[in-house]
Formats: sequence, C-alpha cells, structure tokens
Amino acid sequence: MDKTSYENLTRGIFRENPIFVMLLGMCPTLGVTTSANNGLGMGLATLFVLILSNCAISAVKNFIPDKVRIPCYIVIAATFVTVVDLSMAAYLPTLHAKLGIFIPLIVVNCLILGRAEAFASKNSVYQSFLDAIGMGLGFTMALTLLGITREVLGAGSLFGWNFAGEGAETMLLFIMPPGAFLALAGLIMAVNRVRGAAK
Amino acid sequence: MSYIMIFITAIFVNNIVLSQFLGICPFLGVSKKISTSAGMGGAVMFVMVMSTIATYLIYHTLLLPNNLTFMVTVVFILVIAALVQMVEIILKKVSPALYQALGIFLPLITTNCTVLGVAILTIQKDLDLSHAVCFALANALGFTLAIVLFAGLRERLALTNLPEAVKGAPIALITAGLLSMAFMGFAGIGN
Amino acid sequence: MTKIKKAKSSLSGMIFILSLVAGLSALVLGSVYKLTEEPIKKAKDTKELEAIKEVVYGDFANNPFEERFTISTADGKGKLELFPARDENGNIISVAIKTFSNNGFGGKIELMAGYFVDGTINKYKVIEHKETPGLGTKVAEPKFSEQFHGIHPGKHVFKVKQDGGNIDAVTAATISSRAVVDAIQRGYDAFNKLSAGN
Repeated sequence: MDKTSYENLTRGIFRENPIFVMLLGMCPTLGVTTSANNGLGMGLATLFVLILSNCAISAVKNFIPDKVRIPCYIVIAATFVTVVDLSMAAYLPTLHAKLGIFIPLIVVNCLILGRAEAFASKNSVYQSFLDAIGMGLGFTMALTLLGITREVLGAGSLFGWNFAGEGAETMLLFIMPPGAFLALAGLIMAVNRVRGAAK
Repeated sequence: MSYIMIFITAIFVNNIVLSQFLGICPFLGVSKKISTSAGMGGAVMFVMVMSTIATYLIYHTLLLPNNLTFMVTVVFILVIAALVQMVEIILKKVSPALYQALGIFLPLITTNCTVLGVAILTIQKDLDLSHAVCFALANALGFTLAIVLFAGLRERLALTNLPEAVKGAPIALITAGLLSMAFMGFAGIGN
Repeated sequence: MTKIKKAKSSLSGMIFILSLVAGLSALVLGSVYKLTEEPIKKAKDTKELEAIKEVVYGDFANNPFEERFTISTADGKGKLELFPARDENGNIISVAIKTFSNNGFGGKIELMAGYFVDGTINKYKVIEHKETPGLGTKVAEPKFSEQFHGIHPGKHVFKVKQDGGNIDAVTAATISSRAVVDAIQRGYDAFNKLSAGN
C-alpha cells in the first residue's frame, strides 16, 4: 500500500477521529451509547452507510452538476440509510428497536455529508473507500468506547455481562442523559492528553 | 394529549437537546454568543414548523395511501432541503430584515437533525395536523431555550481561567452535562 | 489534487440528473423493501408470540397469535389486542392482552399481560418502554413482577403501597410501578367488560 492510501486509511482512526477530535456526528454519539452493544451497533451501521455512500458518490461525482450536488448526495446517503434501516428491522429487530430514531437520522449525521463533500467528491473510488473505512472505524471505536464507559460506570456490566452482581449500587447518572455529556468530556480529556504526549 | 401538556413535555421534561440528544451539533457549534444562538433558535423554529406541515401533508396524501412509507427518510430530507432553499430565497425577497437576522443560519439547518427528527417523530407518534404543528413549535422552543441558556453559560465561561485540560470541547460538554442535570429536575411532571 | 472536469450546471441537466438519482433511489428502496417486508413482519410476530408464551398460564394447543382480536377499553376510547390460549378441546384456558399505560415516567409503556379466565393475573412482560435505565426498567425484573401473580384486580386492592394497595413499588421508580399497575388494570377492565357482555 502506498503512502497516500495508508494516510487516507488511518487518518480517521486517531489523528482526525471524527468524534474525539472533529466533534462530528454528536447526536447518535450521545443518544445511543447507554451500553457498549448499542454504541457498537450504531457505529457499524454508520460505518456501513459511510462506505456505501462514499464509494457511490465518488463513482458518480463527474456526472453531477455542481449546483445540485448536495441534494444528490443527500438522496444517495438517505437511500443507503433506508437500506440499513429495513435490513436491521428484518434481521436485528432488538437492536433496531433500541437505536430507534437515530437510524433514520444517520442521514443528517454531519460525518456522512462531511466526508462526501470534503473527500469523496474529489478523490477516486478506492481512496474514498479507504477514507470511509478509516473514518467509520474511528467513529465506531469512539462510540463503543463511550458505550463501554457509560455501561461499566452506570450499569455495572460490560457488553451485557453483569459483573457488579444483582442489585449492585452503580452510578446511574452515567446511563442517564447528563452522564453522556460528562463521560464524553472525560474521554476527550484523556484523548487530548495522549495526543499531547505523542507530539 | 392536551396542547399545554405537549408544550411542557417537549420544552422541559423531554427537552429535544438535553434529553433526546437531537441537534447537538448546532447546540455545541453555534452557542458562543447569546445573540447568535437566539438567531439560530428563531431560524430553527421557522423551518421546523414549516417542514413539519409540509412533511405531514406529503406523508398523509402521497406516501401513506400509496404504501410507500419506507421512502420516508429519503422524501423527508429532500423536502426539508428544498424547503430551506425556498425559505432562503423568499425571505431574501420579502423581508430583507428577517433575512439579515436568520439568513446565515438557514443553510446549516438542513443537517440539523432536530428538523428531520421532529418530522419523523410526528409520524411515529401518529399526531393529527394541529397537534403536529404544536409539537413542532414546542420542540423548537425547547431547542431555543436550551441553546440560549447554554450560550449564556458559555459567555461567562469565556472569561474564566480554566485548567489547560478542560479547555475547548471538554468544558463545553461538562457545562452541557450540568444543564442537562438541571433539566432532569423537571422529569415526571404531568404524572 | 487533480482537477476534474465537472458536468455543466444547465437547468435541464440538473433536473435530469436529480430525477435520475431520485428514480434510482426509489428503485433500490422498492426492491429492498420487497425483500425485507416478510422478515420484518416475521420478526415482529415472533416477538409478540414469545411474549404471549411467557405470560399465559399453562401450555396451549392453538396459535393465540392467529386467533387474536381487538377489544375496546372499558371507557370505549382505546383498542387492545386479545390473544386467547386454548387447550386441545378448544376451551379457553388463559388470555394474553397487549395493553398499555400513558403514565410511565418516559411516556407510554406497552406490556403483554396474561390473565386466567376469571381475570386473575398470571404474569406480564414489558414489550416497549422509555423508562429511566436502571430505575424504571426494574419493573421488568422478577423481584417486582412476581408480586402480580395470583392477584385479582377486581377482588384485591390493586394498587402500589403508596396509594394504599399491596404492591411494593420499585424503589425510586414509583411512577413506573404505578404505570404497570395502570396498564394491567386497563387490560383487566377491558377483559371484564368483554366477559360481562357475553
């Protein structure tokens, strides 16, 4: 793999992580991460949509007139979102019910349109594919990490496995809405610290 | 559900930003000053009510009778995008003063997930048109309240001496967390 | 970055491309919808059938899901679904009613409640809720739900202790507990009205 491809693939995972560094796509990040499973599920759904939309947009970029490019990108993204929505309702009904309204809202996740506009509309299909994988994995990782933090502190379990025991007193705050903000603030501080040390 | 209950629930109990987590991007992004955040709130209110009416009519006249409900996401987002453009053009012609105040926020609204979110929630909750409009207005007010309060806090924060570690995003999130905690005090009202 | 030659932004071109994209999108979605329609319905049915199996008393020989019918609530304003469970001879041994309460902490709670033929409660299962995780969600746990077994809403004082009844509400989740009682009462009232009518 040449240097540019490697760059494009790894950029999103840490250096320009969509959540910890760029603060993109905050709504699902905070809304669904009450457990590690939810975070992982949402992350993978977004990853899937991002790969498809990035590739499709990159493939058709030369045919689309400049003035209507945003509506076209939105329609393409919305199509893939609905595909994911329907498939999840059919084959993963429990997760689908938990993620609820945040699945159709993937379409307005700034990450999808942001990558379409900033990357896929200017680069080849292959490079856009790598970029989508990097950004999507970075997003999934961040969501899972936040899910793990909130589930461990708030529910005393991890990926549904209860280690704290029945009826244990846990920090419920972390699975309630305010905990989402606080847990993310903590994680960003930690990431900043690591980034600062790496410089 | 009575109209008053819709307002109380949407503004305080289930605040769209602080407990439903919709519209976090503008909430964090356009909240450095009270005046701009109020402008954003006004623009959201305008677009949200219009788009809820438009999507409601389209859903009940076109999608539902033709069994095309799976197209909801695609159709709604297109309608909202078109509507935002139209509002921008009309506003420019009809009321330049209002355009001056709201204009710069309009393009941002297409990707504000509160607008699409409320349009979809209206359908999911199976509201009739007058309740839907009321629901949209209430949620827009909830959004405005949250973002203006948050901007007020951030204006003060800008003047304080913060530790290096929390500067930027972390302190904004911690503040939002505290605000959200305060709003939890409203939980259970109406039962 | 290499400069790419973009398509021209002429009006007819724009309309053509936008309609093309929208048309393709509709085509893709239509076929995916056709493909997933059956599995989605099945997934939903399975979930309800499992809930029915869990809450009705004893083994049933029929398919209660296929025999379901709607009944109206006691005040006549709402509709509930009733699933009759029959033994081999076709006698109804127990019923499951999909009932709800709008008074949950986070709004609507939906549950599947199982009753004996005389209206005594057997079990219930929460199907959908928006209660606070870790507090209100405990109404789905056995410690709370087992208290309902054998209670007859018409003969006993069917309320939480705070309201003068016998049900121990979940700590710090009285509203959610009350909502469960409310939902089961609603199911019972509807069932009672139906039995009285026969």
